[in-house]
Amino acid sequence: MLRYTIRRLVQLIGVVLVLSMLLFAWLRLLPGGPVSALLGERATPESREALTKQLGLDQPIFVQYFKFLGRAATGDFGVSTGVQPGDSALDIFLQRFPATIELSFFAILIAIAVGVPLGYLAAKRRGGWFDNLSVIGSLIGVAVPVFFLAYLLKDVASSALGLPSQGRQDAIDATRVTGFFTLDGLITGEIDATINALEHLILPAIALATIPFAVIFRITRAAVLDVLDEDFVRTAESKGLTAPVIRRRHVLRNAMLPVVTTIGLQTGALLSGAVLTEKVFSFAGVGQALAIGFERRDYPVLLLLIIMATIVYVVVNLLVDLSYALIDPRIRTR
Amino acid sequence: MALGVSKKEKIDGLAESAGVSLAASAWKRLRRSPVFLTGAVIIGIFIVLSLLSPWLAPQDPSVPMLIDQVVKARNEIPPPQPGHLLGGDLQGRDFFSRLLVGSQQTLIVGVGATIIGLTGGLILGTLAGALGGWVDSIVMRVVDVMLSLPSLLLAFSIAAMFARPSQFTVILAVAIVQIPVFARLLRGSMLAQRHSDHVLAATALGVKKGAIVFRHMLPNSLSPVIVQSTLVLATAIIEAAALSFLGLGNPDDRLPEWGQMLGDVQNVFDTHPHLAAWPAICIIIVALGFTLMGETLREALDPKNRR
Repeated sequence: MLRYTIRRLVQLIGVVLVLSMLLFAWLRLLPGGPVSALLGERATPESREALTKQLGLDQPIFVQYFKFLGRAATGDFGVSTGVQPGDSALDIFLQRFPATIELSFFAILIAIAVGVPLGYLAAKRRGGWFDNLSVIGSLIGVAVPVFFLAYLLKDVASSALGLPSQGRQDAIDATRVTGFFTLDGLITGEIDATINALEHLILPAIALATIPFAVIFRITRAAVLDVLDEDFVRTAESKGLTAPVIRRRHVLRNAMLPVVTTIGLQTGALLSGAVLTEKVFSFAGVGQALAIGFERRDYPVLLLLIIMATIVYVVVNLLVDLSYALIDPRIRTR
Repeated sequence: MALGVSKKEKIDGLAESAGVSLAASAWKRLRRSPVFLTGAVIIGIFIVLSLLSPWLAPQDPSVPMLIDQVVKARNEIPPPQPGHLLGGDLQGRDFFSRLLVGSQQTLIVGVGATIIGLTGGLILGTLAGALGGWVDSIVMRVVDVMLSLPSLLLAFSIAAMFARPSQFTVILAVAIVQIPVFARLLRGSMLAQRHSDHVLAATALGVKKGAIVFRHMLPNSLSPVIVQSTLVLATAIIEAAALSFLGLGNPDDRLPEWGQMLGDVQNVFDTHPHLAAWPAICIIIVALGFTLMGETLREALDPKNRR
């Protein structure tokens, strides 16, 4: 187990290095490169040359890359040019990361809380109207562009339900401790701040939850269908176990393995979906920073955030792989 | 004669459908599946519409013929009127014609991205699966790096690489993301065949390696790839819309595309919701059509479900 974990972590380091190299080359080889990105339309040949020297861009690209790695080791990933001009890229990431974790956490929570029971029920009533209806519903859910659904929620549901549709929290005087607005209120005892932050999370989280929900629903349904056919379920039934016991100990436990894998893979959908959802709801997370970064070509921020997204994605999937052992004793003994 | 027939029937009954190829038995089931037929009808209509749309469209989709009815200051756009079923868009062009003609560019984006992704995946997957060894290692490391980035995020990054975005860069960005998926699928099913009996038999007969790969291994590995292609047709259209939404799409909107139409009206969503709703509905229906076909195809081609 330990050796496996270490091997995967070493692989991750390799992937991040290759990725950073590619992203770095991409940044430098762009037509005009970062100089044009920084100076924009106002560039004169003189200011261009001065900035090229100042940024060390006249040196060979691999020298530049190693210098970048050296600076990156001290936490210096460059300065934002478009998202929050002047701020360091690392600060922007650290500031915004808790927001995206909160949003993704609630989104996946909604997706699991609705998707798993629904998938189980659909499988139990295979071929019935409930099954057919929810399968078609999940297929439509995948076909709807996330940002369109987000706008629908923002414009229709927010006024109908009286929920806020902008930002992470109203301008109330809340104490900041961790950067997680929902936690801060609980720590400092400002419950109203927590409730306010939660209200701001509901609509974006629902929008973000649709894709993982549809996938989790379908995988749960398929997995439960597979398990229901197994001999051990029939044995459990014939020895007179009650339905809840069969459901919990025999069916769900065996069906959960593929579902857990899917949840890991869905972090990818969450991270990309956050770019769209956070943009719609002006939610100040990493996704919004990426959206603005793409729009204004803020390369230092993009470089750091894309690398961080990769690390998060890979680490979450590693954790998922490791959690198999907890769920499935057959793997533990091997 | 009569005896012969009944004997043959008996044998057929014993062996079930042993003599029927997977494709034939899949088609037999698909033909009767209402879900598959629904998807096929949607896609059939979509393809016919997109091919005929230049002749079906009542107006020229790129001419701002209603521009005098667009009042920027009051955020007014042309309402529905005779000859303009759905009114005009923000630039005073006939909205209905743009929707109709939009099907063509949308089809081009979907099919273009799928073909490029499929070709790239076929080349990489065949190389890795057929040659094995160090070629396999290198290809799979490249695939791993590409898959370690969330796919849509990778598409965004690739699209942002191009200084001048166009229809082609959108197609390319969406396509490249699919290459590792196709490559991995193909490699997996080809590896599974390397030691199978029919490949062994072909090798023993002295069939050349190239012929084994292209005549025996590749055709037998295609069914997951075909399923994936159908699903990619749907995701490509949706992802192209996301690219437009982030400002990474094709800025030239003379020839409309649904994703672009949807992404470009994000700022007037609350005042003119129908400008977003129509292209969104079109995208949802077409994506659903491809998904229905892909999912039923997957079930039909799965040997586990064969009866």
